[in-house]
Amino acid sequence: MFKKPFAATAVALIIAGAASAQDQSIIVQSTTSTANSGLYDYLLPIFQNETGIQVNVVAVGTGQAIKNAENCDGDVLLVHAKASEEKFVADGFGTERTDLMYNDFVVVGPAADPAGVAGMNDVQGALAKIAESEAPFASRGDDSGTHKAEMALWKSADVDPTAASGGWYRETGSGMGATLNTGIGMGAYVMTDRATWISFENKQDYSVVVEGDQDMFNQYGVIPVNPAKCPSVNVDAAQTFADWLVSAEGQEAIAGFKVADQQLFFPNAPTN
Amino acid sequence: MQSIGEALGLAIALVLSGDPDLLEIVLLSLRVSLTATVIACMIGLPIGALVAIGRFRGRNAVLILMNALMGLPPVVVGLLVYLYLSRSGPLGFLGLLYTPTAMIIAQTILIAPIVAALSRQVIEDLHAEYAEQFRSLCLTRLQTVQALLWDARYSLLTVGLAGFGRAVAEVGAVIIVGGNIDHLTRVMTTAIALETSKGDLALALALGIILLVIALGVNAAVQSVRMTAARQAYV
Repeated sequence: MFKKPFAATAVALIIAGAASAQDQSIIVQSTTSTANSGLYDYLLPIFQNETGIQVNVVAVGTGQAIKNAENCDGDVLLVHAKASEEKFVADGFGTERTDLMYNDFVVVGPAADPAGVAGMNDVQGALAKIAESEAPFASRGDDSGTHKAEMALWKSADVDPTAASGGWYRETGSGMGATLNTGIGMGAYVMTDRATWISFENKQDYSVVVEGDQDMFNQYGVIPVNPAKCPSVNVDAAQTFADWLVSAEGQEAIAGFKVADQQLFFPNAPTN
Repeated sequence: MQSIGEALGLAIALVLSGDPDLLEIVLLSLRVSLTATVIACMIGLPIGALVAIGRFRGRNAVLILMNALMGLPPVVVGLLVYLYLSRSGPLGFLGLLYTPTAMIIAQTILIAPIVAALSRQVIEDLHAEYAEQFRSLCLTRLQTVQALLWDARYSLLTVGLAGFGRAVAEVGAVIIVGGNIDHLTRVMTTAIALETSKGDLALALALGIILLVIALGVNAAVQSVRMTAARQAYV
């Protein structure tokens, strides 16, 4: 007698709770660098305060993030591999891609600098030197945005490092942080985005050895997932989030995020 | 080695500070893994008992399969559950991906075979002792299973603990189906993986120490229940 209405109320409450949570929350499929650096911990409370929308971040490599979003397991995609992002939109999975912010890639290496590349700002020259001296180099090898950028740089340096895979060229197949841990453990050079590097805490005797090349530019983009492909998408909240990120206010917030007094991401959304 | 001392200090400081984020992560870890353990026991114990007392064709093959499934790689379980729960998968309409429920499902699949295989062995050994008695009492199969499960309950607690240990320690499955979302699906192991990838090894290790202490606490609680029950049984 007592049980039934109680159970019904409980079920109703659960359903109501789930429904309102659905309205108020979105899932962002994101690259790891933005999450690991603490950018979201800084941005999301500001956004949530204003809009009441809860943003849940799944941080994986760009390749996996795109794949997950193509499976409709996210409302917004925030990654850094422009060619793949444009394909994502062209294939109908995203509504529109907008430039969001940038930083740059750097090559970090041990103090011993076995390939003698410290201080270079010509990344192709540095990579060629590393290949020539067969100094160990640890690559993500995971189809992430950073991995794609690294492969493009090897190509423009006219070196095929994968021929030496398992030799001096070591593909960890893991995220940026794990690759840095591994690379540092074996004295290898590693290419990383600057944001992850600055906020990384296990640097040991490593420092940035190659930086400042135009070709190491690292652009992040934001794309709402297309409801035409994925009816489950929380369209309004997703659009609100994407719009806020590229708005003057969102851009200012991105610029205001600092770790160790250094700005990690430089907003560059087009102004309308 | 310096970082181990640092981690220990950090672990103690973290616990003492009563950090709400840490508490949330710890409670979710316990909620997910204990729920998975209970469900896995409800599935695994009857299966283990039935196989233990059953004599049927292909029994050996079933035994081998059950034992082999104890070695299910968490990542594979995570991927399978992901493929089913993904919005593009057959159960996508449920909207369970990236929720604690998805994590419970994955861990249940991971540890149900462990519970089934280990309880099968425990019950089979016990059954060998009592088989004649049961026959003389003309017990039905259901009664036999009930009697054996009850009689082996303390050994089966250890089986449950083995399952819980596996569940609370795994990271491969929950990170795929949970997504390690802060304040939603972040548990101890995924938090440890995250801090490791940030290079904050001391904090990662500190969380590991806390996880170990929690596992100790759960085991101690079960052990004390067992001892109290055993004492009362002999009074």
